[in-house]
Amino acid sequence: MIPLITQRVGQALIVLTVVSVLAFILSAVVGDPVASILGINALPEDREALRLRLGLDDPAVYRYLEYIGNAIRGEFGISWSNQRPVADLLKERVPATLELAFTALLMSLLIGLPVGIFAALRRGRWDAGIALTLTVIGVSIPTFVTAILLIFGFSVHLGWLPSFGRGETVDLGGWSTGFLTSSGRASLVMPATALAIGQVALLARLVRAEMIEVLRSDYIRFAHARGLHPSVVNLSHALRNTLIPVITVSGIQLGFLFAFAIVAEVVFQWPGVGLLFIQALGATDAPVISAVLLVTALFFTTVNLIVDLLYVLVDPRLSHEEGGVM
Amino acid sequence: MTDRLEPAPGSYLLGKFLRSPAAILGALIVISLGLGALFAPFLALTDPYDLASLDLLNSRLPPIWAVQGQAPFLLGTDTQGADMLSLILYGTRTSLMVGLLAVLLSCGLGTLLGLIAAWNGGLAGTIIMRAADIQFTFPAIVLALLIGGLARTTLPPNLVADVSLPLVVAALGLSHWPHFARLVRGAAMVERSKDYVAAARLSGRGASFILRRHILPNVVNPIAVLVTLDIAFAVMGEATLSFLGFGLPPTEPSLGTLIRTGYAFLFSGEWWLVIFPASALMLLVIGVNLFGDWLRDALNPKLR
Repeated sequence: MIPLITQRVGQALIVLTVVSVLAFILSAVVGDPVASILGINALPEDREALRLRLGLDDPAVYRYLEYIGNAIRGEFGISWSNQRPVADLLKERVPATLELAFTALLMSLLIGLPVGIFAALRRGRWDAGIALTLTVIGVSIPTFVTAILLIFGFSVHLGWLPSFGRGETVDLGGWSTGFLTSSGRASLVMPATALAIGQVALLARLVRAEMIEVLRSDYIRFAHARGLHPSVVNLSHALRNTLIPVITVSGIQLGFLFAFAIVAEVVFQWPGVGLLFIQALGATDAPVISAVLLVTALFFTTVNLIVDLLYVLVDPRLSHEEGGVM
Repeated sequence: MTDRLEPAPGSYLLGKFLRSPAAILGALIVISLGLGALFAPFLALTDPYDLASLDLLNSRLPPIWAVQGQAPFLLGTDTQGADMLSLILYGTRTSLMVGLLAVLLSCGLGTLLGLIAAWNGGLAGTIIMRAADIQFTFPAIVLALLIGGLARTTLPPNLVADVSLPLVVAALGLSHWPHFARLVRGAAMVERSKDYVAAARLSGRGASFILRRHILPNVVNPIAVLVTLDIAFAVMGEATLSFLGFGLPPTEPSLGTLIRTGYAFLFSGEWWLVIFPASALMLLVIGVNLFGDWLRDALNPKLR
């Protein structure tokens, strides 16, 4: 088990290193900080002085190490378009995105799991067929279309829910939460739903496929032969083994929710990291783009690492195999 | 071994297809939208690329069944008097073209790299699969956004409109090759260990010949399934990129740009500008996915 953990941690570190190199190249290549600070009419000697002061003439390896050192200390430079420290911007935006992503994940688990179990147990019947077709439709609607349809129905037509923003937030020691106010909760409903629908469908399909596979295995047949009640076999024996891959996918899904939150955040003008990313991309705000990339990569690799380790804990077969996780 | 006992794979698939209402529905949707897109120049009332053919007096007409609707504008008109249905036909044309080209790119690149990785387990294979792993930890849509967005902002503005279509194709294609590489590598590794490959090697065939003529034909089924499902991804990806403003320019009607321009009018009551293109997009993706889903089950020997 120890070699497996080392291997996973090593892999995560490699991913982070590659992404940080890319983020560094991005912040160094895209745009010219001297031109954007001094403007076009600056004197050549002023430019040279600023280049020296910003350390732009130092060797690339040195600058990369400095970049990484700063990033580890939580310093990502100053945003070009907002003229504020990137770290402050991130600190404001991360809670909004995490609350959105976790709510969507919870929704997709609460709906996707039962639907998948249902579709597996009643495989071949008409109602499972309908559930399966609905999941195809669910994965086929892009997040921004779901978001537009929700706004059209619930904001434009019915006027029930706010179409943009996060509502009122409460500051809990640096973490601004929208869970505690009614306007905050109302604002969360549509973005979270838009984000969750595709994931519900994906999860339901995965649970169904895994469960069908498990239901076919010998030990399930054996359990039936022992005369156990079908609900015990299905829910205790089969479901438990279905859940192992579901853990992995939920972890990966959390990453994808974080990514697709970009789209939902733009449509609903949700003040999260995704909206920040799109605005930075539009304004070629290199420090913000590279910082968001780094933070996203860190979030992803951490989640993946936790999931991999959980997987080993849940499935004892893996600790004997050599790197058997997919 | 005789033909009589084992029906040809084609007729087996056809029979299976005709028994699946979902697959037939999906195929019908895709075929009708595809034909509409293919013949858009002949079917369309107004040509979105020819502004002279538009009449501003016809602008912002609601669909024909609404009170102010006018024939022949079945789904109403946009702010410049272009027929909505014609726009959607042209938009589907662009979206499908971008989607197909992007899948061609990711499938070609991924298959090639996957085959190389399967044959060469050493340095080349390791590098390819590690690169795929690293790219997997990043969601494809973020990568596509990054490629599209950075290219747009670093290239000179007058060039951006000209290269936006190849850019979107590249962004979507490059963001999805690991799926093909992983799939092809896995399938090819299984084939590689079989006797017929050993026989081909013993008879002195070179690596590239064996990969092309022996292994590739045997891994074509899973590739076909992934291609189908990936078209759905690419069409959605194009729409998402264009909607966010990092895809095609508004002058190039695709389903994504139509939704982007129409979305601005959602709150002012001109709902048909956004709802119809959005429905066309959903219909197209649902059609592709219904068919692809069936194809996966039909070609998967485990589920037979």
